[in-house]
Amino acid sequence: MSRRRIGLALAAASFAWGFASSVAHATDISFWTWRQEDKAAYNELFGDFTKANPDIHVKFESFPDENYPTIVSTALAGSKGGDVIHTHAYGWLEQFVKAGYFEPLDMATVPSLANQPADALVSGTYRADKKVYSLPFASQTLGLFINKDVFAKAGLTPPTTWDEFITVSKALKEKGIYPLANGMGTSWFNEMFVAIFTNPFLGQDFVGDLTSGKTTFKDPRYVAALGKLLELRPYMPDGFEGIDYETAGQLFLSGKAAMLAGGSFDIATYRSQNPAINMDFVAPPMAKAGDTPQATKFFDGGYAVNSKSANKEAALKLVNWMGTKEFGDKFSALLGNISPIKGVVIKDELLSHVAKLNETAMPHINVVYFRFEKPTGSELLQGDITKMMSGSITPDQLAADLTDGLAKWYKPFQGK
Amino acid sequence: MTAGWRHTERPFPWRRSLWIAALLTPALVVMVLFVLWPLLSAFRLAFYEFSGLRPSGFIGLENFRQVLFEKPYSDWTYNAFKHNVIAFLALMVFENGTAFLIAFALLKALPGHRVHQVIVFMPVVLSAVIVGFLWKLFLHPLFGLVNQLLGLVGIAAIPWLGSENTALGSILFANIWHWLGFPTLVLLAGMQRISKDVLEAARLDGAGDYALMTKIVWPLIAPSVTIVTILTFIGSFNWFEIPYVMAGLTGSPGGSTDVLGLYFYRTAFGSTTTGIQDFGQGSALAVLMFIFVAGVTAIALRYLRRREIEQ
Repeated sequence: MSRRRIGLALAAASFAWGFASSVAHATDISFWTWRQEDKAAYNELFGDFTKANPDIHVKFESFPDENYPTIVSTALAGSKGGDVIHTHAYGWLEQFVKAGYFEPLDMATVPSLANQPADALVSGTYRADKKVYSLPFASQTLGLFINKDVFAKAGLTPPTTWDEFITVSKALKEKGIYPLANGMGTSWFNEMFVAIFTNPFLGQDFVGDLTSGKTTFKDPRYVAALGKLLELRPYMPDGFEGIDYETAGQLFLSGKAAMLAGGSFDIATYRSQNPAINMDFVAPPMAKAGDTPQATKFFDGGYAVNSKSANKEAALKLVNWMGTKEFGDKFSALLGNISPIKGVVIKDELLSHVAKLNETAMPHINVVYFRFEKPTGSELLQGDITKMMSGSITPDQLAADLTDGLAKWYKPFQGK
Repeated sequence: MTAGWRHTERPFPWRRSLWIAALLTPALVVMVLFVLWPLLSAFRLAFYEFSGLRPSGFIGLENFRQVLFEKPYSDWTYNAFKHNVIAFLALMVFENGTAFLIAFALLKALPGHRVHQVIVFMPVVLSAVIVGFLWKLFLHPLFGLVNQLLGLVGIAAIPWLGSENTALGSILFANIWHWLGFPTLVLLAGMQRISKDVLEAARLDGAGDYALMTKIVWPLIAPSVTIVTILTFIGSFNWFEIPYVMAGLTGSPGGSTDVLGLYFYRTAFGSTTTGIQDFGQGSALAVLMFIFVAGVTAIALRYLRRREIEQ
């Protein structure tokens, strides 16, 4: 064999060796989520990540929303599960952190934490050790969807105050239009419905008093705000007690209803269901003219790293990338969600308007403060609100049930 | 032949034992892995406190005390238990009562009875999820078939699944529609085992349909009634699928459709929108449900078997 041939063979062998090692070193990590509907967007985002990090490939794996906590906790208990886990926030996250299932994130491993605002980081922080375990992915805003075409056709202007809301609703009803599409048939949304319409009557001061232990839900301000919900009943659809959130959405999209109390998380869905919809998303009616418009805000969840992941380094790299402006810009554009990352540009006019509402929004009280122990504020409120709306209990009774139930674990309420 | 077989078996008695063991092993392994082990695990976990998703310490009977005596958990337990009892009574009267009448009508072999037999049994083969979803649509307050039909006769829309007064009844109705065929077939099989001579003799003695049904058929199908009663009891206290599909995990509205199965699932596994999972309290509920169902079933079986013999 000539020297030339030997040289060529050696060159080919080194090339093959190099190629094989690059393939062998590629790391496959998985991303677990309940957001099946976001698969295409996430795959596009992960494609961008792999372009910048050719040695890491991310596999999107989704599970049904309703069973997600069970599936994730069972997998993690068996030291399995995705390398990166899409988590919910606050109390939901805390039970997983307590069990040691997630890796703490810090500036050394995830420098993009610096891009997150303080209130967003709270949603992914474990209260006991003050460490962040989940990088926040989106803020959600609760407010009022307005079908602009229905209002224009009826010759009415969308309301900004409670009194206007009642006047406009009467006029819409007379024209055969459901003023408010919502019913009480979906437990998880009922809790949001309460937050949407009561927060403008409560104000930031009430939240401060509640969280500092100065007052409880028995506070006359809260009872009076609950009482306002009863005034909505004549303007909701016939048989509203049994109307679920999906039906409410259809009534709104089809123009049978003029307004819908809802969340910014549905903007993209409604646009895809009715591309011709001419809608706005505004703050719910203020208590009186001149008040600050107060939508309700909370952080939906975040991205956490499985503490038993065999590919922790790659998983941390991905989570860090998910906290960058590059990710946030594209995430908001593709999914119609508001990324909390500082400096993210939201080009969509409606979403940009929602982001503006966030500047004066109030926290979703139950989700942010009262879902950490059992019984949760959500369990108590969801159980009682349908009874109050059907008239079988009063706002006072609901407020007392909520306070007494929470007093089991929330010390400031004990004995009050 | 028999003697020869015995002759060949005597020198190797262990072969027969081995053969029996080999046949029993697969079933035993499945039972131990999927029935006994989870049951014992639930018993163990019921005595532990959970911090997050892991047991953090032995707390004795504390979980049992909470679900039975501490508000609001005790209120939720008794509320769910009450609905299971209502379900059992309603299913005994309306489902099994109707099944008995239909079975008696089918026994008479009227023209078209075979078609009716198939029609009655048809919903049983459907999945509970499909049935729940179907009836949820039928009972929709605005677009549902039921309210549309009532609207034709001037009755205003009723929020069947949204009102505390009608929700449980609506779900029970859907359940009865789904399962009616099963007790009908069991009772019909029992009736078909009655000797024709007995029925003809009663007819000759001048017994009408009512007398035949109450004095002859009812006492003679006691074994079938025992089976139907026990299965209805177990089904009522393990009720989950249809309430879950039609009313959700929280047993809405306002817990008016909550049953022990839903309450257990919600407690042990939590839900995305209410938060916390508590395997300890959930296991305590599961243990209590097991003791209650197994205990009452054993007593009822003893009583019903005695009744069969007496009759």
